Amino acid sequence: METSAIEKAHLDGESHEFLVFRLGSEEYGIDILSVQEIRGYEGVTRIANAPSFIKGVTNLRGVIVPIVDLRLKFALGNADYTAQTVVIVLNIGHRVVGVVVDGVSDVLALTGEQIKPAPEFGSTLSTHYLMGLGSLDDRMLILVDIEKLMTSEEMALIDKAA
Amino acid sequence: MSIDITEFYQTFFEEAEELLSDMEQQLLQLDPSDPDSEQLNAIFRAAHSIKGGAGTFGFTVLQETTHLFENLLDQARHHELALDPTIIDIFLETKDMLSDQLNAYRQQTEPDSAAYERICNTLKTLAEEKGRGSSAAPAAIEKAPVAAPAGDGTVVIKIAGVAADSAASLAEELALFGTVIEQQHGEDVLTVKLETATGEDDIRAVLCFVVDEDQITFEGAAAAPSESAASVPVSDDVEPALIEEAVASSQPAAETAAAPAEPAKAAATAAKKPERSAASSENASLRVSIEKIDQIINLVGELVITQSMLEQGTADFDPVTHGNLLSGMTQLQRNARDLQEAVMSIRMMPMDVVFNRFPRLVRDLAGKLGKQVELETVGKSTELDKGLIERIVDPLTHLVRNSLDHGIETPDRRLAAGKPTAGRLTLSASHQGGNILIEISDDGAGLNRERILKKARENGLPVSDAMSDDDVWQLIFAPGFSTAEQVTDLSGRGVGMDVVKRNIAQMGGHVDILSRPGQGTTTRIVLPLTLAILDGMSVRVGEEVYILPLGAIKESMQVRPEDISTVTGNDRVLHVRGEYLPLVELYRVFDIPDAQQDVTKGIVMIVQSEGRSFALQVDQLIGQHQVVVKNLETNYRRVAGISAATILGDGSVALILDIPALSRTPQDREGGHAGQSRSAAALH
Repeated sequence: METSAIEKAHLDGESHEFLVFRLGSEEYGIDILSVQEIRGYEGVTRIANAPSFIKGVTNLRGVIVPIVDLRLKFALGNADYTAQTVVIVLNIGHRVVGVVVDGVSDVLALTGEQIKPAPEFGSTLSTHYLMGLGSLDDRMLILVDIEKLMTSEEMALIDKAA
Repeated sequence: MSIDITEFYQTFFEEAEELLSDMEQQLLQLDPSDPDSEQLNAIFRAAHSIKGGAGTFGFTVLQETTHLFENLLDQARHHELALDPTIIDIFLETKDMLSDQLNAYRQQTEPDSAAYERICNTLKTLAEEKGRGSSAAPAAIEKAPVAAPAGDGTVVIKIAGVAADSAASLAEELALFGTVIEQQHGEDVLTVKLETATGEDDIRAVLCFVVDEDQITFEGAAAAPSESAASVPVSDDVEPALIEEAVASSQPAAETAAAPAEPAKAAATAAKKPERSAASSENASLRVSIEKIDQIINLVGELVITQSMLEQGTADFDPVTHGNLLSGMTQLQRNARDLQEAVMSIRMMPMDVVFNRFPRLVRDLAGKLGKQVELETVGKSTELDKGLIERIVDPLTHLVRNSLDHGIETPDRRLAAGKPTAGRLTLSASHQGGNILIEISDDGAGLNRERILKKARENGLPVSDAMSDDDVWQLIFAPGFSTAEQVTDLSGRGVGMDVVKRNIAQMGGHVDILSRPGQGTTTRIVLPLTLAILDGMSVRVGEEVYILPLGAIKESMQVRPEDISTVTGNDRVLHVRGEYLPLVELYRVFDIPDAQQDVTKGIVMIVQSEGRSFALQVDQLIGQHQVVVKNLETNYRRVAGISAATILGDGSVALILDIPALSRTPQDREGGHAGQSRSAAALH
């Protein structure tokens, strides 16, 4: 396994960049290196018998990309789709996935000291997928190991290893 | 910063692999009693190149092995080592060892040292035993091909079995290549002495349209590749002027040398050889990674979509005021289509790639089984999509194995049956419309109808003695079916005929068997030419659009209420011309909202797959398109009932239906029966 951004941050004391997005009133951060692009929400083609948070597939310059609505997955925010709805296109382990979020706020650099270990809590987002909590001034960022989350079985995006 | 040498590893591995496969080809063709020095040189050069590369990259084991091998080859080509079939076997073994070592390095591990020691010892022993006894091989020296020194520019072509009337036209044909110096016809043999700059292969290729290849004999070849010429890669089209000059200057000598009308027979055998080595001459090609090609294919697909968007947008324009624009649009459409076709053809590869691996397999297997087999391949240049080429290898290997193991009989049994001792195995490939037809035929014992029926009964399959032969042959595709009298180490590798059939069905093809007792078996595989483009019919269900492969559709119809009956209350069947077909309602399978639920108001498509027909209920037919197939699994997962996706003219994604998966009964689809692993795995 590659060392995640946060581990690196702890190791070398240098800062690492996170893309910050909103789901409801919460702020989440993901490793900027896994982000390919940010675009608007365009028509998706529904996939039959898929979990509700998998909106379907869309055409991203000739590539068929699945779109996941994290608002539905985590039951946060209003899952309506407008011209302002944002899709973060992630590139994770040679796969491209789009995630719908409420909005992208900024890109923040966090150093190792600013990242606190995540406490044990609820079940919607298992701590398994958390890298920690980032604190910056009075903001708290929930740092998600997006690669682990997206490739997990519960996201149902990837066939179980044959 | 130092240069990272590992970047070059990949190139070396690819090249070495190619060299090794060339080497194997040459070794198999090599006649031990009369080795062709050109072939020996080619093998030597391959070993030498690999040794050089291995040395550069520090692959010591590979370097050492090739070094020993190279020494032996060097002795062989200098006639210090007399070749025999055992030595060829050792050479082939060495080649395999080199492949293994190469693979080990590729996976960044050290090659098996025990195997290395063994092969080194074998090679060293061979060098000691045979190397010094060089003088014991005068025959090899004597037969060393002297590439018709005086023949430069002049060839004598002998064509056997030519009637007097066609002789004249043949001679005329030959005159197109140069100047006919002398022409004789006697005893059905046409002898033409020709002054030409054209290569022997080219002449042969043209003549092949008229006469059989084995009727043609060349003597004193014009462009016979001499040793020195072949070791330097010279392309065929070197300065024509130079050749002209060479021809002109050598002509007087050639005339005197070839003047006797009866050329010596020794010269004839010598001159025959260059033709074989010339066949393996380098072809001008470029190594491009698949990703790049697929990227181009994607981009072109995008272009075609953009083009069709523009076309829709300009359809309502007034032709009078926008004449230029509209004619430009037509042009664009044509160009885009041509471009797409051209790009698609890049992915096409000749069947040669597949067939080339069989001579070795057949040779080894036949040896192991104590059978004599002649392998013939037809239609090597037939092209097939690279994706399919890779996937056809395993089924084909299995079928060839089957033919050798169960089809072709042992020599004594063949003799008893009044057949030649050597069995014949033919692999052929040809185009048939939009499909490719691959046939594996043997002249062996054929399938045993009684034994298959007996075995089928044992397996509890529903069979009767009245079944047609075709139906009986289809039984061997049932899972777990084997009629082999005994299990050999060749069969029972975990791949049964059912897997062969399934693999081929997954490629969108099907497989048939023709067999006659005592005369042999032919297995016929029909595959689509490419997986990248599909002729489809788009249908609408609710607000959603799906694509049906056109090949699966038999007809579409509107049904009347009285044609529909229910079975056990829930499942419905459609009565069409005396047949009851299961009705699959797409809106139910895919849980599509707002769809037309009344079958009599929608459209029913009769589709067929894997020999089963069923009725598929949709709302509306939209139209027929050629669609670019996009893999859904690249970024997502397998979806039950969906084989792939495509992008429509408006840029949206449409899913392509997996007809075979839909044809399975709902119980199969949901229950996950053991035999239906494919659909079961897709559903979880």
